[in-house]
Amino acid sequence: MEKIIEIKHLNKSFGAHEVLKDINFHVNKGEVVSIIGSSGSGKSTMLRCINLLEKPSGGEILYKGENILDESHNIYNYRTKLGMVFQQFNLFNNHNALSNCTVSQIKVLKRSQEEAEAVAMKYLKVVGMDQYINAMPRQLSGGQKQRVAIARALSMEPDVMLFDEPTSALDPEMVGEVLAVMKDLAKTGLTMLVVTHEMEFARDVSDRVVFMDKGVIAEEGPPEQIFNNPKEERTKEFLRRILD
Amino acid sequence: MSFEAVKVILINYWPMFVRGAGITLFISIIGTILGSIIGLGIGVVRTIPVPDKGPKKVILKIANGILAAYIEFFRGTPMMVQAMFIFYGVAGVFGVQLNRLMAAMFIVSINTGAYMAEIVRGGIVSIDSGQYEAAEALGMNHFQTMTNVMLPQVIRNILPATGNEFVVNIKDTSVLNVISVTELFFNTRSIAGTTFKFAEVYFITSIIYFIMTFTVTKILRSFERKLDGPKNYNIIGNQMQVERPEDIVRKDDDHWHGN
Ligand SMILES: Nc1ncnc2c1ncn2[C@@H]1O[C@H](COP(=O)(O)OP(=O)(O)O)[C@@H](O)[C@H]1O
Ligand SMILES: [Mg+2]
Repeated sequence: MEKIIEIKHLNKSFGAHEVLKDINFHVNKGEVVSIIGSSGSGKSTMLRCINLLEKPSGGEILYKGENILDESHNIYNYRTKLGMVFQQFNLFNNHNALSNCTVSQIKVLKRSQEEAEAVAMKYLKVVGMDQYINAMPRQLSGGQKQRVAIARALSMEPDVMLFDEPTSALDPEMVGEVLAVMKDLAKTGLTMLVVTHEMEFARDVSDRVVFMDKGVIAEEGPPEQIFNNPKEERTKEFLRRILD
Repeated sequence: MSFEAVKVILINYWPMFVRGAGITLFISIIGTILGSIIGLGIGVVRTIPVPDKGPKKVILKIANGILAAYIEFFRGTPMMVQAMFIFYGVAGVFGVQLNRLMAAMFIVSINTGAYMAEIVRGGIVSIDSGQYEAAEALGMNHFQTMTNVMLPQVIRNILPATGNEFVVNIKDTSVLNVISVTELFFNTRSIAGTTFKFAEVYFITSIIYFIMTFTVTKILRSFERKLDGPKNYNIIGNQMQVERPEDIVRKDDDHWHGN
């Protein structure tokens, strides 16, 4: 199986605070990997290191075998290969739904306006937001914003999608619509790395589950193992706390 | 003060008042526009993320130092002194006589630029960093992020402060009479010196200044409101296009609840 992303001995400190400690991890092409763990365990930091929103303090991040931390590596080009969905949506407030999805296609990928709009419409349909192309972010509900944000990331046609707790900032009644979109995407064979507190999603949709605790990967394996037969005491303890 | 005298002065000197007001307005507009551009440019440079090491770090540190010095100096000294220093300083050092109007526009622009730089910085900082990160994550560089995402929002947010700078400039260009720019205050002094009707002449001038600042304030307000744009959007693919505001509201409502 082809490894799209491989992380070797990744360390990250904020000042004296060591947040990630010797992380080793990979994502295969077409795989859906869920990352679970308590708040503060370093899940977001790991995701943000992968697309270099945070600068790792040490280790290697290989994208298709190339170390992207090499000075010579073009990080702007690399970032277009990864789509990122944030907890807080982070839509561009000065752009409507459609141009949220076209601006980076046009400016970064140098696609024409028509081509960018066609691509954007395709993905806005996928997330069920094609009727709202004229809406500004402030006119949309949280769930709608997040679906536009997913379409925006997909419009770059990335190799991997990174999700950082995409449903955590949503009102409960809107969680379903976003999870449904993510489930559909998982079925298309898209490579996805999802930080989530939705245990059902992690169990039913992912091929592999990674449990993080205090800056290390405490356990990883297929969902059946993590949820039915966790090997580590820490995993059991976390699941007991979160599942009842 | 007699209103009869005001009338006589207006009849005899209105072209000078108008010309003076025109120059004042012209210098203020150019100064505010160029100053805003300077401020936006500095805002973009000062928010470039500084890397941990390498030559880029050194260059950015030096650039930021120079910009900070410029801002502090022009904010910390009176424009009247700046005008004298630049006009006579340049004339003395390079042996050239600057065009007074050009010098005036230059001084007001760089003075406004120093104030606008701080306003723009505040405007950039006040936009949540999530949008910047989202743009980064999509592969945009600092300049692309600034021009496509941040600055359009910053410009909207700082419009009131920019309007305020414009009004300040209309009033403060009066100090440029020290380098004999024929703006409104300079012309007023000439008229007063000829007629010896100080109260009447300055009464007229104060009215003209007030009309200018008041009108500018009003125009900017309505411009701001326009920029805020329509409150509603159309659902695409709906055969019934929206005709009246009530319909828009109703359709939106349906959609919120029916979805
Ligand atoms: N920019 C930052 N500066 C300092 N500390 C940070 C920063 N970002 C995260 N941290 C710290 O790193 C730890 C891990 O955070 P995070 O990766 O957000 O955890 P998680 O996503 O698992 O909740 C936390 O203790 C947090 O306080
Ligand atoms: Mg987090």
